[in-house]
Amino acid sequence: MTVPPADKPSEARTWLTSRGNSSLSDRAFRWLMLLCALSIFGIVALIATSLVQGSKLTLGLFGWKFFLSSGWDPINGNFGALPFIYGTLVTSAVSLVIAVPLAVGVAIFITEMCPKMLRGPLAFLTELLAAIPSVVYGLWGVFVLVPLLRQYVNPALMKTLGWTGLFQGPNLGIGMFAAGVILAIMILPIISSLTREVMIAVPYTQREAVLALGATRWEMIRMGVLRNARIGIVGSVILGLGRALGETMAVTMVIGNSAASISKSLLAPGYSMASVIANEFSEATSDTHTSALIEIGLALFIITILVNALARLLVWAVTRGAPPRVA
Amino acid sequence: MPNEYRVSTANRMRRMATNHLASGLAVLSTILVVAPLVAIFGYLLFKGASSLNLAFFTKTPAPEGATGGGMANAIVGSGILLAVASAIGVPVGIAAGIFLAEFGRGGKLANLVRFTADVLNGVPSIVMGIAMYALIVARQKHYSALAGGVALGIMMIPTITRTSEEMLLMVPHAIREAALGLGVPNWRSVLSITLRTASPGVITGCMLAFARIAGETAPLLFTALGSQFWSVDVNQPIAALPLQIYVYAASPYEDQIRQAWAGALVLIVLIVGAVSLVRYVTTRGVLKGAS
Repeated sequence: MTVPPADKPSEARTWLTSRGNSSLSDRAFRWLMLLCALSIFGIVALIATSLVQGSKLTLGLFGWKFFLSSGWDPINGNFGALPFIYGTLVTSAVSLVIAVPLAVGVAIFITEMCPKMLRGPLAFLTELLAAIPSVVYGLWGVFVLVPLLRQYVNPALMKTLGWTGLFQGPNLGIGMFAAGVILAIMILPIISSLTREVMIAVPYTQREAVLALGATRWEMIRMGVLRNARIGIVGSVILGLGRALGETMAVTMVIGNSAASISKSLLAPGYSMASVIANEFSEATSDTHTSALIEIGLALFIITILVNALARLLVWAVTRGAPPRVA
Repeated sequence: MPNEYRVSTANRMRRMATNHLASGLAVLSTILVVAPLVAIFGYLLFKGASSLNLAFFTKTPAPEGATGGGMANAIVGSGILLAVASAIGVPVGIAAGIFLAEFGRGGKLANLVRFTADVLNGVPSIVMGIAMYALIVARQKHYSALAGGVALGIMMIPTITRTSEEMLLMVPHAIREAALGLGVPNWRSVLSITLRTASPGVITGCMLAFARIAGETAPLLFTALGSQFWSVDVNQPIAALPLQIYVYAASPYEDQIRQAWAGALVLIVLIVGAVSLVRYVTTRGVLKGAS
């Protein structure tokens, strides 16, 4: 064996040194990547400043009263966002009431009960629900769901729950209840897939311990899984709420778009914060009108950021933090 | 003794009953969730397939009230918008993902970026729309495809960042060390070794983000605006498939409603195709070879 003489560098080395000193390009590359990562902060800041700037007019004109008064009269220059806030809250609440039990049920079924063969396809199906665009949900809502509600569901609800005052008045089909149902279908996959993730993160020893004490399967799920995963489940529900609060197209298409009055009945047409922007922005009659709509957008931005931040922290606490200790 | 025994039997019966009840409810809720999916897809296929025709792909919209016409301009418009969006979202998203996975690992800054990306992901699309209106349209004084593309591109970034990061983290250290051991500069190792190894997953993330924004309507309402005419100019208002569906869904004309269904079917096929492909790639274990 002959060793190459030391004064003659190997082929690989000459090839590499001919490429020059890499410390400069390495540093440049690193800075470029950092810049792109930092651009995410930049985007959030940009959105915030442009919204604040766009709504300066009404921020100065109405102040906090903007969110507490209910007169929305673009022609006379009177703006109060209360009916929209009310509509957003009511439709989101309806959607959560419908979606949360169903989503948790599906998550339980998929993670704890169903045969392994069905697990993948079912999870995929619920993911598909999340992939359908909002506008297609709206189209389906207008032509299928609304007639269905008007004909069968609403009369039944009026008969059985009419005494609560929540299901009263003319049965139009479109309205806050229809919007809530559509929203429920839309946020179900988010809540369900995150709940599933959180439940999978619960260590198996927990389940085995509870089963070893002679628990039935439901008791095992309740005590071994749900109790350990509850923070994460709450987080996923809040995340679903964040989605529901800002959902635009489907809601705009079925909520009825009427800011006439704040109605207690869920069957009455309403208006949500997102849908009023979608509907009136391109036809805004004055600068004040535009500014008022941008201010509603700003409020929506702040609310959803807070809701999402809270939800992320809760979900992270479970899936990222140390696994629950087995005592 | 017998008395105690009876009590425990009753107790046991009650527990078993609760168990069965809970199982039944879980099954029922699964059925209730799958039902609307089947209903939506079934109805969409039925309505869309019976409304699709060649004119839908080749003609521009007919004048108000007239039958016929198609959404050719909207399909092309959507393509242009998505191209602009991808040109912005894909490089920035992947670069941010590279930073998180390769340079910022475990650091405070990386955690903050990750958190902000997740929060940005939850910002409603309509808010993105008016922000871009205030930022671009109000300054340019006219609606443009560019503004719509930027809005969509920004919406792609958080998804791509997070999936790229996850995929890059799956690449084993040995590969990086081997590259560096050969004296390859770090940037080169990241781009042509690490990123190359993780590329199926990274592409998957891009497709996922793409599918998500392909159906977005709200951010386009006041940016791309929509148009009834043929246009490929990024500085002018442009038509988009979701926008056209929205406009036609509220139309009084039977024929436009028919086209809305056809458009919805095309959109869904596009999106479900992308999502299924993603699913296929990730479960096929293309990545498993790397990890």
